[in-house]
Amino acid sequence: MSPELWVIFTAILAASACALIGAFLVLRQGAMLGDGISHAVLPGLALAFIITSSRDVLPMLIGAGAMGLLTAFLTEFLSRTGRLYRDASLGIVFTVLFSIGVILIAGFAGQIDLDQECVLYGEIAYTPWDTFVVGNTNLGPRAFWVLGVVFIFNIIFISLFFKQLKITSFDPALARTVGISDRLWHYLLTSVVALTVVAAFESVGAILVVAMLTIPGATAFLITRNLQLMLILSVLVGVASALGGYYGATLTNTSIAGFMAVAGGVIFALTLIIRNVIDKTQALSTVSLQKQAITPIN
Amino acid sequence: MDIWDLTVRFFSMTDANVRYVVAGSVLLGGIAGAFGTFAFLQRRSLIGDAIAHATLPGVGFAFLILGRKELHWLLLGAAISGWAGALAIDAITRHSRLKLDAALGIVLSAFFGLGIVILTYIQKTGAGAQSGLDKFLFGQAAAIGRQDVIVLAVIGAIMVTVLLSLFAKLKIMTFDAGFAASAGLNTGLLQFVLTTMLVVTVTVGLQAVGVVLMAAILIIPAAAARQWTDNLKIMLVLSALFGMISGVTGAYISFLKPHFPTGPWIVVSASLIFIFSIMFATKRGIVVRLVRQLKNRRKMTEDHVLKVLFKAGMDSRNWRALYPPLHISQLWSFGAAELKRGLKRLVSRGELEKEGGMYRLTENGVSSGARVTRLHRLWEVYLERHLELPPDHLHRDAEEMEHIITPEVEKRLEEMLGHPVLDPHHQEIPYFDKAKS
Repeated sequence: MSPELWVIFTAILAASACALIGAFLVLRQGAMLGDGISHAVLPGLALAFIITSSRDVLPMLIGAGAMGLLTAFLTEFLSRTGRLYRDASLGIVFTVLFSIGVILIAGFAGQIDLDQECVLYGEIAYTPWDTFVVGNTNLGPRAFWVLGVVFIFNIIFISLFFKQLKITSFDPALARTVGISDRLWHYLLTSVVALTVVAAFESVGAILVVAMLTIPGATAFLITRNLQLMLILSVLVGVASALGGYYGATLTNTSIAGFMAVAGGVIFALTLIIRNVIDKTQALSTVSLQKQAITPIN
Repeated sequence: MDIWDLTVRFFSMTDANVRYVVAGSVLLGGIAGAFGTFAFLQRRSLIGDAIAHATLPGVGFAFLILGRKELHWLLLGAAISGWAGALAIDAITRHSRLKLDAALGIVLSAFFGLGIVILTYIQKTGAGAQSGLDKFLFGQAAAIGRQDVIVLAVIGAIMVTVLLSLFAKLKIMTFDAGFAASAGLNTGLLQFVLTTMLVVTVTVGLQAVGVVLMAAILIIPAAAARQWTDNLKIMLVLSALFGMISGVTGAYISFLKPHFPTGPWIVVSASLIFIFSIMFATKRGIVVRLVRQLKNRRKMTEDHVLKVLFKAGMDSRNWRALYPPLHISQLWSFGAAELKRGLKRLVSRGELEKEGGMYRLTENGVSSGARVTRLHRLWEVYLERHLELPPDHLHRDAEEMEHIITPEVEKRLEEMLGHPVLDPHHQEIPYFDKAKS
């Protein structure tokens, strides 16, 4: 396959994996937790690099996953014990962890082939050259396989536990009364978000992860109230942003990850406008129907 | 040059460039610290984060139009696109069912993505190499020059003037927007002023802290200051001070190691101040609260020991009998270690005497035991008469109040209830320790 196609497929997988799990974050009003985690995993990645001096997937997953959970726990801890507002707690935790990560990277600059800018917007254009080789066969970009596994894992996770995720997202109180712990599922979901973030982080960077966690889910949320349909639409919007971003970026010779976020933003904005126009015309026609209904009585 | 020489050079400020860097980071830290307070109190901290990310395309556009790096034009561009971000957040929450956090995530990432697109475009066209625009991502305080300091000082002076002239109104608006509206204030205008302040603060901080970590300098000094005071004026001053300290520390470290970006160091030093505050602040600090809890728990154990020993002697009217610790622990569900330490403290305070491994009340101890018992029973009488609770609902509440009631409240209770002799369970309420003293 040509390098261009590998880049496109990697981008699509990254966007889809994030879009699936991000839809639940949007429903749970946890979009900013996703933002926090996508920043907070950095010191975990940096430590994994420094300790193992390799880019092995497993230490990275462990390091970054631990940081993701730590973010959720510390935010919870600060807003309870420290008597801070939740948004401030989250803001403190993720900025501090991210700062430590940047300092580690700057301090060990020679040993880590990860620079500060790449942390933010990734280097998806280079993914085809970091390949996954088994024996003598070149299986294609490593990022493609990692993201593919995570995408399939997310699909399995969501289909196996659809009921639990749905009920804890929409009505935590009801979940508790039927014996489903909303806190347990909060942390499980957080772990899966952390896993997804880590997988996507390296190729597309922190900011695109936020974009793909939030924008597709939010766009789908504007269109439908059916959860299954929302998940499908969310992935579609993710794919569309990936394609739009790739071609936009190649056309203008700019950052692919950046353009994917822009494409997502444009799709969202258009959906929001169309939604409002439809709602208004519907409201108007309802009013005129009501008028028609009322007139004969008068 | 070794670290010591550099440190001397930094803090003696003989070097003009160093003076600008220090002055600049003090101004930046102070402004961000002080004005972040309002966002913090309005629970809009993360809006600051989104606005900070939204400034990036403005910086890029300004550079594209101008073709060169002039700080005040770049900052103007940043402010305009930051404002656009704030409006977009508002539009999303107003015109859809989406909540604030989703709106923030969308605006933050889409605007930032646009910024990155423009920056990479500038880099690819070649002008970016000398533009140093990427320094806006993580901050580079070492680049602050004379002109920057002047711009910052002017902006700071304007903001402080606005703050002083609108202080009372902004205060009401921050704490209770509904009340501000009902008091006839122009809340739309005030919210506009607050949002503009937030945008300007973010814009001003860009050079030192950078886009990505801007949220930290808005939140952390304010959160640290909040631990020490309930007074807005003091909080503003403290927060500004913490911001200044963090700003200078960040500048100092990036002066020592020029390849380190400033932002992360500013955040880390601010977070050290925050951790210290949250642990040791005089009223709200975690350590202070733990100490207070420990003291309360100790007092409760002591009160219970005195009470059970006093009650044990009530029938025989002999309060000076000796009890082995095992017997005492059976009178109340004490933990073994808890009881042992409690007995020791009571002996050292002269409320108990120890004789051959057994304990008995001293005269002081009898009085204290009588008082705890009396408070418990007085409270039961009060609940029964004034709240008309049935007798089986009285004990638990009294069990808590016996440790809390002060002598003043005790006196008022007695007068109000007319010095009752029996409690609702027909047990005697002891007063004799008062007659003696």
